[in-house]
Amino acid sequence: MHDMNPDDIVGDYREHTLTFQDGSSRHVLVTDIESPYPDGRLIVSRTDPAGIITQVNHSFVEMAIYSEDELLGQPHHILRHPDMPPAAFKDLWDTVQKGEKWHGYVKNLRKDGGFYWVLATVIPNVRNGKITGYTSVRRKPARRKIEECIKTYPTLF
Amino acid sequence: MPFQLTVSPDFTPDHISGWYIFNTWLQKALDEGVHLELYNNFNDQRSAIQSDQVDLIYANPYDAAMLVREKGFLPVARPGGVADEAIIAVRDDSPTQAVEDLSSGIRIAATDDPDVNLMCAIMLEPAELNAENTQRDEKESYPLVAKAVIQGQVDLGFFLAEAFNSLSGVTRKQLRPLVTSQIHIIHHALLIGPKLADKQQRLSELLAGMSEDPKGSGVLQSLGFDSWVKVEEEEMEFMIDLMDTLTYQPA
Repeated sequence: MHDMNPDDIVGDYREHTLTFQDGSSRHVLVTDIESPYPDGRLIVSRTDPAGIITQVNHSFVEMAIYSEDELLGQPHHILRHPDMPPAAFKDLWDTVQKGEKWHGYVKNLRKDGGFYWVLATVIPNVRNGKITGYTSVRRKPARRKIEECIKTYPTLF
Repeated sequence: MPFQLTVSPDFTPDHISGWYIFNTWLQKALDEGVHLELYNNFNDQRSAIQSDQVDLIYANPYDAAMLVREKGFLPVARPGGVADEAIIAVRDDSPTQAVEDLSSGIRIAATDDPDVNLMCAIMLEPAELNAENTQRDEKESYPLVAKAVIQGQVDLGFFLAEAFNSLSGVTRKQLRPLVTSQIHIIHHALLIGPKLADKQQRLSELLAGMSEDPKGSGVLQSLGFDSWVKVEEEEMEFMIDLMDTLTYQPA
């Protein structure tokens, strides 16, 4: 996965290096600009069992700013924001690999360095008793819940 | 004993005769006797499904998981270019401008349409409203939901977008959509039961070709559809997974 490109960033940014569970890393550029979650939408994506994006809907593309072509074939952590504690994603993977649904509030990173908050549910796609991939559906979260996360997430690093 | 076709009870009343016309077409297509049974509500229809009386169903997406994963139904087709969308509407003169303006204790008028109620419940979540801190007043039809909102008996109403847009101009003028879903991937589908499973492929093909055929296009018109589109099993499974994620209610 490519590092983020300064030419894509809107506004002043900070630099971070993220290290993922698979040992890979990415240089990301982050601004303080929040994009509000649009009313009435669901952001939907699917991945293969390894977390590689296989399908995204229009709302996903619109919020993440990446084109569909830029997203397909990439690991889902292309959206990973440095403010998200890695423990949240460990919990996600531990839960869905057991065949269970995972729910959580997630701060996602956009291609332009901005962010948006979602309430995410990830469900394993079980076909003939086997997990063939995962579907993630995000919806608009309550602001009070986001404020709680803003307080608690920094304590989880 | 003929096979039984039934239709999700949320179909628009204007299309009752269309379903009878479709049933006649279906009997010829399958070369089988098929009886159309229309249930008054979702509970009655679910009881019939549980007792294996139903062989073909134009199903609400909310019931798809039960039909496919528990009762062994297979997807056949969905109407082309049509998705289930929902609208939360308030009275036109309501001071409420956004979902976040709403607070606990509000009164809601809704029908028993399960996918619409689910989508609308999700659209209320940003205000932390749920079944526990709102009052639900169930109505038999969308015009009655509209009436309850207009008369101020409730603060807002849940509508199937298609039903909202079918209300008379006078009624719609007295209502204001507060939020409209744009989900695009939740839709009704025609499903075929285990006793007719060997006819799934043939029926899918016949339905997909219906808009090309002069007689078939007349049947489609009476149903209010442009076409039928074949639904693959994985597409149906995907929608079932998606509906499953929506049943989660944040604490």
